[in-house]
Amino acid sequence: MFNSYESNTLEYDPDLCIKCGMCSIVCPHGVFSPNEKVARLVEPQSCMECGACQLNCPTGAISVDSGVGCAYAMILAALKGTDEVSCGGEDSSCCK
Amino acid sequence: MSDILTVSIPSKVRSAASHISLADQWDHLKARWGVNRSGHRVKPGLYALGNPTPDSPVLVTANYTLSFDKLRSSLKGIDCYILVLDTRGINVWCAAGKGTFGTGELVHRIKATGLNDVVSHRVLILPQLGATGVAAHEVKQQSGFKVEYGPVRAEDLPEYLKTHKADPEMRKVHFTLPDRVVLIPVDFIKVLLPMILAAFLLFLFGESLMAVGIVAAVIAGVVLFPILLPWLPTTDFSSKGFILGGLVALIFAAFSFFGETPASGWVRAGWVLIYMLVLPPITAYLALNFTGSTTFTSVTGVRREIFTYVPVMGYMFGSGVLLLIILTLITILGGL
Repeated sequence: MFNSYESNTLEYDPDLCIKCGMCSIVCPHGVFSPNEKVARLVEPQSCMECGACQLNCPTGAISVDSGVGCAYAMILAALKGTDEVSCGGEDSSCCK
Repeated sequence: MSDILTVSIPSKVRSAASHISLADQWDHLKARWGVNRSGHRVKPGLYALGNPTPDSPVLVTANYTLSFDKLRSSLKGIDCYILVLDTRGINVWCAAGKGTFGTGELVHRIKATGLNDVVSHRVLILPQLGATGVAAHEVKQQSGFKVEYGPVRAEDLPEYLKTHKADPEMRKVHFTLPDRVVLIPVDFIKVLLPMILAAFLLFLFGESLMAVGIVAAVIAGVVLFPILLPWLPTTDFSSKGFILGGLVALIFAAFSFFGETPASGWVRAGWVLIYMLVLPPITAYLALNFTGSTTFTSVTGVRREIFTYVPVMGYMFGSGVLLLIILTLITILGGL
């Protein structure tokens, strides 16, 4: 109750892991075990879906429906009827 | 002829200092208050800090003055190159989310600055939060440069540069009280005009307590909420906002009910209802919008919040305003 952040879209297939350690390096929330060569999901509920791990995983072992978790941008996009926007546009004053 | 064609163009390396001048601080202040929002830019390109040699490290950043200045001021006494990407005056993390601090721009900027000829090594140090827009393995493939992700915060760079290893703490992003407080002015400026307009309108119609109530609810949403964020109960921003806005509304409802007015009991009760319906959704909506400023809310969670709470906010606010109009009209027309 009153927690919309219990689950997210992060998925990880350990079979594809080549143990490069990139995911634990780029994750700002310690979702993948740090300082271990074998990637392990240790805190999946802390994922903010920034997509850094997916982008830097050379084998595509990680998938996440990434985007910017900003209500302002999402509501604005819904009102304008565009796709969900991200922040920092030329004419958007959202998020710096 | 062929010699001329193969000789690389001498790259233009600008010089930078680690000192932050008064003019820089003035620029930072304006940026924090939303003055000339996207005009706080550094020229993209390559900069020399101190007296770098071809072996010196190359650090990459965004062309937002706050980002560039944070980086250079953290590197006092360190000789290095700074490669500034064109992120259109947006900070590293936001630009990475948008892709402007991205693989394409990085590879392009490496070539445009002739970095190949300036340094003898092939390593770039990027801020960790840039990883949202940059695929390290693709940069290597396309430019020959190996991307190394440094710490989240520039202040940890001197430590990082000693070993090229970041401990887990350096890799974690935080959202401390000072982190939250610096964000307040920009959001406050954004809501200032509508807030004044609404308050002024209510004042004109003789509803001065309600005018103050609106101002209080807005300030609760954009000033108090960011400060109190970790201490407000529940996880969702909207529910936290409803709690905070509810407390504000209770104060005004009490003032209205127990204040000295000639109004009858049921009119007073009506006002209590109006305050409880109108004020909490204002604070809750502004609280929900703060998700975009945080360092941890996921798009899935925020979407869920929007679907759960925005309709409730709309119904509450709408019916509250309707009741407000009816009651104000009755009062003006001299009835009851």
